[in-house]
Amino acid sequence: MKSVILRTTSVTLPPLLVLFALFLLLHGHDEPGGGFVAGLVAGAALAFLALGVDVPTARQSLRARPEALMAAGLLLAALSGTVGLVTGAPFLRGVWIAPGGLAIGTPIVFDVGVFFVVLGATTKLVFDLAERR
Amino acid sequence: MLLAIVACFAFAIAAPALHRVLGRWTGKVLAIVPLALAIGFAFASGTMASVVEERRAWLPALDVAFAFRLDGLSRLFALLVTSVGAIVLVYGGGYLEGRAHVGRFYAFVLAFMASMLGVVLADDLLLLYAAWELTSVCSFLMIGFDHQKEEARYTARQALLVTVLGGLALLAGVLLLAQVSGTTRISELLARGDVVRSSPLYAPILALILLGALTKSAQAPFHFWLPAAMTAPTPVSAYLHAATMVKAGIFLLARLSPVLSGTAAFTIVVTAVGAATAVVGAVLSVVQTDLKRLLAYSTVSALGLMTLLIGIGSETSLFALALFVIAHALYKGALFLVAGMVDHETGARDVGALSGLRRAMPLTFAIAAAAGLSMAALPPTAGLVAKETLIEAVLHRPSIVVSVLAASVSFVVVAWLTAARPFLGAPRDTPRAPTEPSWAMTVGPALLSASSLAIGLAPEATIGALARAAASESAARAISTRPALFHGLGAPLAVTVVSALLGAAVARLHPRLVRLRARGGALAALGPTRGYALGLKALDRLAHVQTRVLQNGKLRAYLGVVIVSTVALAGVTVVRRLDLIEPHLGMVMPRVYEAGLALLVLFAAVVAVQARSRIASITALGVVGYSIALVFQLFGAPDLAMTQFTVETLTVILFVLALRRLPPLARRSLRGRRLRDFAIALPFGALMTVLVLASWHVQLDEPVSRRYLDAAVPEGHGRNVVNVILVDFRALDTLGEITVLAVAAVGAWALLAPTPRRARVSSARVSSARVSSARLSSERTA
Repeated sequence: MKSVILRTTSVTLPPLLVLFALFLLLHGHDEPGGGFVAGLVAGAALAFLALGVDVPTARQSLRARPEALMAAGLLLAALSGTVGLVTGAPFLRGVWIAPGGLAIGTPIVFDVGVFFVVLGATTKLVFDLAERR
Repeated sequence: MLLAIVACFAFAIAAPALHRVLGRWTGKVLAIVPLALAIGFAFASGTMASVVEERRAWLPALDVAFAFRLDGLSRLFALLVTSVGAIVLVYGGGYLEGRAHVGRFYAFVLAFMASMLGVVLADDLLLLYAAWELTSVCSFLMIGFDHQKEEARYTARQALLVTVLGGLALLAGVLLLAQVSGTTRISELLARGDVVRSSPLYAPILALILLGALTKSAQAPFHFWLPAAMTAPTPVSAYLHAATMVKAGIFLLARLSPVLSGTAAFTIVVTAVGAATAVVGAVLSVVQTDLKRLLAYSTVSALGLMTLLIGIGSETSLFALALFVIAHALYKGALFLVAGMVDHETGARDVGALSGLRRAMPLTFAIAAAAGLSMAALPPTAGLVAKETLIEAVLHRPSIVVSVLAASVSFVVVAWLTAARPFLGAPRDTPRAPTEPSWAMTVGPALLSASSLAIGLAPEATIGALARAAASESAARAISTRPALFHGLGAPLAVTVVSALLGAAVARLHPRLVRLRARGGALAALGPTRGYALGLKALDRLAHVQTRVLQNGKLRAYLGVVIVSTVALAGVTVVRRLDLIEPHLGMVMPRVYEAGLALLVLFAAVVAVQARSRIASITALGVVGYSIALVFQLFGAPDLAMTQFTVETLTVILFVLALRRLPPLARRSLRGRRLRDFAIALPFGALMTVLVLASWHVQLDEPVSRRYLDAAVPEGHGRNVVNVILVDFRALDTLGEITVLAVAAVGAWALLAPTPRRARVSSARVSSARVSSARLSSERTA
């Protein structure tokens, strides 16, 4: 028997939390935030869904399998480091472009990779524990 | 030279494939490789004493290089390795014909040859060590060639363990030597002998390097692996355990002699070990009946003599060493191969069962006779040349002369038993009717025996220059003695004659000695072989006990061990360097809200430990976590605070999920156990407090934060320094961290994996039974 608070918030809060997570991710380079926190917040959102509704719904919201997310994140982070190798710079050297004054570079891609790894790890732990008999 | 070694390895890898194509001709074709190398070593660089150096960078930061040096000493050994290797390849093809995995045999022989060449040609200490260990591995593979047999596996492992133990000691010794002398280059090292000898580390260096050399060369008490290794096929025994690998220790000591010898410690220890081994080997050899064991024990004795010569270290003894190494390789190799031929043709290897083979195998008899004469040091053979010089070198010490005499007598006996007895007398029935073996098996030993005779007849012309060159390198002085067959009517001749006569007498008594040994079998239980077996068993038992205690499956135990070790190690240092920390252990007056936060953390911690229900504990822990996050926030670390908040939330959720299926805390742990846990936790907390207070003030260098703060915007294009550091400046660390995170998640997945079907069904049955019985009991009480 789940409490009313939990049932209500677990439907309304997760979308907001995910949006906030994306905000943290993209603003991390200039404001407090970054890939780690963003991943944790998004993971918390999905944990909310898993506890408040049920795990299959949460899994469906995530769409991808958590293990695949972890792997994709690691790959993305590693690949972002190889961009600099083309010009002879060492592995993980940041490469930046500035279209119209906006600074976009490989560290941001790295951060996205971190985000996916953290999201995948936390959802994996939460879902597996929640599903256990 | 690097090219030569790499080529050998390449051929080794290609050998099995070549065998499939060439079949019976593989050995003969492959033998061209070592033959070419031998010719190259002998003639390509002028005289026997000329020095060729070669260097290619390997680890420039550590000043370790692929450095090779071909001088007199290495040339001698390189020639032995390659020429005997060529013979073994050809012989092996004939001996192993029809058996399985012959391609593997060629591969192993070539790989070993390459490794051994690495040992003798290396001019860098670490390169020598690496090649040394490779030879141990190749030897292991070759001894266990008939791996179906348990005995082969056991003896192979035994040889490996003993030689690798020595190898570890050698590594330690080599590293110490490099540190003391300042270089790993052997040629430079040889000039710094005084530095090494006068260093306080000389004794450990000597002990460690001796341990390495003596285990490899089967000196007492490590001699037991060599006779046991006779489970290897005969060509392998001839190559490794007579001609080359066991001489690696001798080579090492000869090579490092300019550096290590000259002190009393070296002379006494090495001479004593050599003399003891010579006697032990001699005594053990005269009571054997198996052809290969006879030869193996006499090899032990011969190696003892070589060690003895190095220990004495005079010009004469080192010259004698060079001569003896050559002579021994030639006659022992030939005799081993003859034993193989006899075994191959007749199916018997026991001296008692073989007799009168000279009619069926005349050529083999001739080969054996020549080799036997050399072993017994009778004219006109290389063995006599070497033995005379050897005796000349030891004349000044009567006690050593006795051990040399004992060894010589045993050589005569073994020579008679392996080279004469099986061929003379009346023919006897053997499992197979003997004929002369194929030419592949005959040509090699014939060459070896013929060389023994040739050297005996013209010693100066054949090996004079080579022996002088080798001895000069070993002595670090030019040596100008000439080898001769006849050293005049003096003590050496007397000793030779006496040993020949005594040997004949002992040989006559051989059957009686064998019966004596059978009766005295109990004594064998005290030998080093038994020691080795006991040692292994003790090691096994220790492993079991230690694993049962330390890896007992309880998380509490693991945590306890980790915490106690940390407290012990760090705590000891803190206490000892209290002077460093004391001045910094002050506290500023806290503000009201800071004090309030601290009290909240304390209160929540106490509640977490004292609570009666699990949920209360978890909640209290969550309060502690959130308070820490507030601390971070108060001290200006918003990223940390955010991360801590979210991590704490998720931790609480995970705890709840994990523990919800468990019944409420009905029984708490015993009071004694809680006191013990408290005793572990309190020092840990105290240590952490002290460290945090101290580290705030300890300034080892300019703080790196200044540099990062300055570079964040221009180079990192970001104003959040923490994030810039994480994903840009220190991105490699972060990559490692997320990898660990992923691995941890996978590990948790493995731990949480669903139980197998069978267990789930039975647990369902159990739980349903429990439910029904609970319902029954509740109905009864209602």
